[in-house]
Amino acid sequence: MIHVFEMHGKNIVLDVMSGAVHELDSVACDVLSCYTQEGILEEGKLDKLVQHSRDEINEAIDDIEYLKKNDLLFTKDPYEEYIPKWTKQTVVKALCLHIAHDCNLRCSYCFAGTGEYMGHRSLMSLEVGKKAIDFLIENSGNRKNLEVDFFGGEPLMNFEVVKGIVEYARIREKQANKNFRFTITTNVMLLDKEKRDYINKNMHNVVLSLDGRKEVNDAVRKRVDGSGSYDRILPGAKKMVEERGEDQYYIRGTFTRRNLDFGKDVMHLADLGFEQISIEPVVAAKGSGLDIRTEDLEKVCNEYERLALEYVERRKNGKWFNFFHFMIDLEGGPCVAKRLRGCGSGTEYLAVTPEGDLYPCHQFVGHEEFLLGNVFDGINDNPVRKKFQETNVYTKPECNDCWAKFYCSGGCAANAWQFNNDITVPYDIGCELEKKRVECALWIKSQEI
Amino acid sequence: MKHIKTINSSTLNKDVNKAGCGECQTSCQSACKTSCTVANQKCEKK
Repeated sequence: MIHVFEMHGKNIVLDVMSGAVHELDSVACDVLSCYTQEGILEEGKLDKLVQHSRDEINEAIDDIEYLKKNDLLFTKDPYEEYIPKWTKQTVVKALCLHIAHDCNLRCSYCFAGTGEYMGHRSLMSLEVGKKAIDFLIENSGNRKNLEVDFFGGEPLMNFEVVKGIVEYARIREKQANKNFRFTITTNVMLLDKEKRDYINKNMHNVVLSLDGRKEVNDAVRKRVDGSGSYDRILPGAKKMVEERGEDQYYIRGTFTRRNLDFGKDVMHLADLGFEQISIEPVVAAKGSGLDIRTEDLEKVCNEYERLALEYVERRKNGKWFNFFHFMIDLEGGPCVAKRLRGCGSGTEYLAVTPEGDLYPCHQFVGHEEFLLGNVFDGINDNPVRKKFQETNVYTKPECNDCWAKFYCSGGCAANAWQFNNDITVPYDIGCELEKKRVECALWIKSQEI
Repeated sequence: MKHIKTINSSTLNKDVNKAGCGECQTSCQSACKTSCTVANQKCEKK
C-alpha cells in the first residue's frame, strides 16, 4: 500500500508497510499513478502521459522498480503473523490518577463536566493513591518503566496527596525494582513557587493548559465567576517553563470551531517564548457549538498546511519550536507493535477515580458500563476489557485499509465510542485531521533534511 | 535515481522480531489526552 500526496508544490509518497518516504518529481508522480496499490504497472495508462518524454517515463519506471526491489515501495505486509504475540496484553504499566474531581475553572468544552465526570465533586485520598501505586506495581509484570499522570479536574487542588503519592512510589519503586515517571496536567491557576519547585524536582513531564490568544482562551477557559483565566495562567506558565530548564513540558491548548484559525494561537504561544506547544482539536458533543464538523474540515486542513509552512520558516530562521502534532520520528519512532496496538487504553493504561475505581482511560470515567474494577479488589471480569485487548488496526475495517494506520494507530477509543458508540469504529473527523497532520509532518521532514 | 529522492529509508519492518517490549511511554501521558498520537513517541531501546 502507498499514499501519494501533494503539499506546497512537493509530491511525496509514503510506503505504508515499510515507513519509507520519498519525494517525487512530476514525472515520477505521474508514472506512479499508473501503478495499482499492489505495485503492478498498468502500461496502458502510460500512453496518457503525453507531457513527458518516453525516456523520462522509462527512467521513472526504473526508479520505482529499484525501490520495489529494495522493499522501499509497495512493500508487502510482513506483520500479520506477529499480531497475536504483540496484542497479548497482560500487564498494566500506566495509570492516570484523578487526584481531584473538582476544578477551579469552568471550561466550556470540558469532557469531564468541569471536573465532576458526571459524579460529584471529590478529592482522592492518600490511601487510594497509595493503593493505586501498589496496584500498578502488582499488575506490571516485568515492565520496569511505569508511568503515573496526576490528572483531574485540577490536581493542584489536592497537591498534598500528589506529594504523598510520589513519596510513597519512590519508596516502593526501589523495593520492586521499578522506575516511576510522573506527569502532571494542570490549568496553572494554583501554581505557586513551592509547587513549581516540587514539580520541577519530581515530575518527568508537565502539561500546562492554555489555549493561545487571550480572547480565544478567555472565551472558553473561564473562572467560576465567568471571567477569563489568561492573565492568571500566562505568568505562572512562563515562570514554570523558565525554571524547568531542559526538562520536558508542553503548553497545551484546545481549538474549537470558534477558532479554526488556530495556527495563530500556536504562533501566539511561540511568540511568547514557549518552545513545546500542543494545540489539539476539541472533542465536544455534536450540537455543543464547539465541535469540529464535516463542513469545517477543509478550513482546518488548510490551516494545518498553512501552519506547517510558517513552522518550517520559523525553525529555519532561529525561532525554533516544536508542535506536538507535527512531531514524527521516522528513524527512531515507536516499533510496529506499538503502532498497531495504539494508546493502550483499557489494557496497559487505566484511569483511577478519587474513589479508586478503574476505567479504560480518563475519557471513559463515569460511564459505568466501562467500570473495570478498583484498586482495592483489582480488575473485574467486565468483558469490555477483552474488547480493548482484541482491538488493533488490523481488527478495525476502516483502519486496515487506511494508509495512516501506523501513525495514528487506530485513533482514540473514547472518541470512537463517543461518536459511534463502538470503540472499534473510528471517529471520522478525527481520522481526517490526523491524516492531514501526518502529511504535514512528512512534508516538514522533506523540508528539513 | 533521477526522479525520486528518498527522504527516509528506515523501515518499520526491520526490527520486527524485537518489537513490542512495552517499555515506552504511554502516548496519552505525553500531551494529548484527547487525541491518539502514537507515531511521535520514542522507542526506549533507541
